[in-house]
Amino acid sequence: MASVEFTRRTLLRSSAAGAAGLAFGFGGVRRALAGDLTIGIVYVGARDDFGWNQAHAVAMDALKQVAGVKVVEEENVPETDACAKTMESMINLDGAGLILATSFGYYTPFVVDVAKKYPKVEFRHAAPLWNKDKDPKNAGSYFGYLNQAHYIDGVAAGLCTKSNKIGFVAAKPIASVLSNINSVLLGARKTNPNATVQVIFTGDWSLPVREAEAANALVDAGCDVVTCHVDGPKVVIETAEKRGVKTCGHNASQAPLAPKGFITGAEYKWETIYKQYAAELGKGQPLPNMLAGGYEGDMVRNTPFGAGASDEAKKAALAAIEDLKAKKPIYVGPLKDNKTGKIVIDKAYDNLDPYLDQMDYLLEGVIGSIT
Amino acid sequence: MNTPLAIVLIAMLGGAIRVSTPFMFVAVGECLTEKSGRINLGLEGTLVLGAMVAYAGSYRTGSPWLGVLLAGLAGSCLGAMHGVICKLPRVNDVAVGIAMMLFGTGVAFFFGKPYIQPTAPRLVSIPLGAWSDNADLGSALNVNPLFFVGVLAALALGWALRNTRWGLIVRTVGDSAAAARAIGISVDLVRFLTTTAGGFLAGIGGAFLSLSYPGSWNQGLSSGQGLMAVALVIFARWSPERCVLAALLFGGAGAIGPALQSIGVTQGYYFFNAAPYILTLGIMVATSSAKRSARDIPGELAMAK
Repeated sequence: MASVEFTRRTLLRSSAAGAAGLAFGFGGVRRALAGDLTIGIVYVGARDDFGWNQAHAVAMDALKQVAGVKVVEEENVPETDACAKTMESMINLDGAGLILATSFGYYTPFVVDVAKKYPKVEFRHAAPLWNKDKDPKNAGSYFGYLNQAHYIDGVAAGLCTKSNKIGFVAAKPIASVLSNINSVLLGARKTNPNATVQVIFTGDWSLPVREAEAANALVDAGCDVVTCHVDGPKVVIETAEKRGVKTCGHNASQAPLAPKGFITGAEYKWETIYKQYAAELGKGQPLPNMLAGGYEGDMVRNTPFGAGASDEAKKAALAAIEDLKAKKPIYVGPLKDNKTGKIVIDKAYDNLDPYLDQMDYLLEGVIGSIT
Repeated sequence: MNTPLAIVLIAMLGGAIRVSTPFMFVAVGECLTEKSGRINLGLEGTLVLGAMVAYAGSYRTGSPWLGVLLAGLAGSCLGAMHGVICKLPRVNDVAVGIAMMLFGTGVAFFFGKPYIQPTAPRLVSIPLGAWSDNADLGSALNVNPLFFVGVLAALALGWALRNTRWGLIVRTVGDSAAAARAIGISVDLVRFLTTTAGGFLAGIGGAFLSLSYPGSWNQGLSSGQGLMAVALVIFARWSPERCVLAALLFGGAGAIGPALQSIGVTQGYYFFNAAPYILTLGIMVATSSAKRSARDIPGELAMAK
């Protein structure tokens, strides 16, 4: 029974692929023609979640304005076989020439396997997981150094805090989260040498009740600016606003959620990357397998200032943005970790230095522990 | 007043009040359902649907209390569906409950999409802590009226189950369907009504999630609280009053993790985040008694057979 079903499925699949091939001609030819590019994007949650998915969706909306580009989207696709099915249907039914897989867990095995199966279609995944030795050449990775935008949050927050305590609600102690926390600290220390960052880890990406509890606990502990790195920052920002403290956002714009206390927020600017992909495919050029950057590459940005930002903070933040565009380093040693006092940053590191991608410590000045 | 211990205690008090309410509503509703001998595992779905309907209702009508009522009605619909399906022959209520859970969350996600972005009017809390100079205590004692509604509902239900004819009928149906039939009670009708009423309460619990705390609608809002509340009914040994205590304990313990990190006890936060479960387990072990649980469990429940 199982083998019959397997055969039937494979047959269906390959005939669908064949039909698509007949209908559209070869992928390479199709891609070379202007006005005939379909880009498929797969989201793990809702497009308008005030967070990670919204940041991508905003970029896709910008991409829809580009002539000759058609966008197909699918939301709420779990990190399971469903992701592979979605990608295949985008290729076979919609004729997608580029697939953007936006959730971490999509990559192995789903993106890798589907990329091997459809060598004429390009696949790009939003996390630095592509391995040039092992993974197919039509796959690749892109991501933004959001910590640079969080650094700007810190610069502004340092001048907006009166208690010198900035609260940070974090999901899990992985490198990208730790880098955001440390960058907020370094930004704040730049404008306010007495600033500290207090972290509460919730333990998972989306736990709204615990995130609200964490935000409340930070305010109880005296923090008067709160920011976060969780999947949907909505709850943290709203809870902090209700408690009357200031906020910095994460991933997408949360400015409408905090009309009184919003300072600024760290946002991805995926449209830079997506428009580059569209332009290169339109010209028939090969796509880069690895594309990543921060302010210097116009791949992150900060939310326009809200009512919580003082004029002084705005000025300092704008100046710091210019510094980042000029590739001025954020991590300048010697800096110690907050646990053992060991020097972990011994010199000035370039903002894109791979050494920083392996961060597994919190810097001195952060109150919190990764275990 | 700002010693670390005070901060943790205030956080636990605030957490107990803020976090317990949805647990309380779902657990009390499930308690009634289980008392009649049926188990409805679908309340997680009811909770999520209630949260969505309440938020949408409040946004559309401008009245959060109307949203609460609509959430209750949506919950009753799911409860009634469960009740009707379980009436059919050879249907397992646990399996139907799981199906209803997926159905409820699915419906809520489908219709809830347009309501993630807009801001709806929320329920206003009563500032019971206004007498205190301590701002944190004041904020911890901002109590939502639904909290009191939940406590009153639990007390009323507990009293009614013990002292009224209706209560006797529900308990009879729950303990022995054969005996209930022998005296002319329609077992299916009673269970249908208790499941519907249980769904109503769970829907209101959902309304608290979206309209009070955390106070917004998004898809990850419940993250399993409905299922935990069903488990709390067993922990509370099928007493509505004990359900309230269990919910308070669970809420207060849940605040330990974030509160300890906020005062600088940062090591081992995974362990402290597990506090509610460890505490629950500890109390269960400490108070367990084979005889007593055999006495409290409704005889018709699938797990008792």
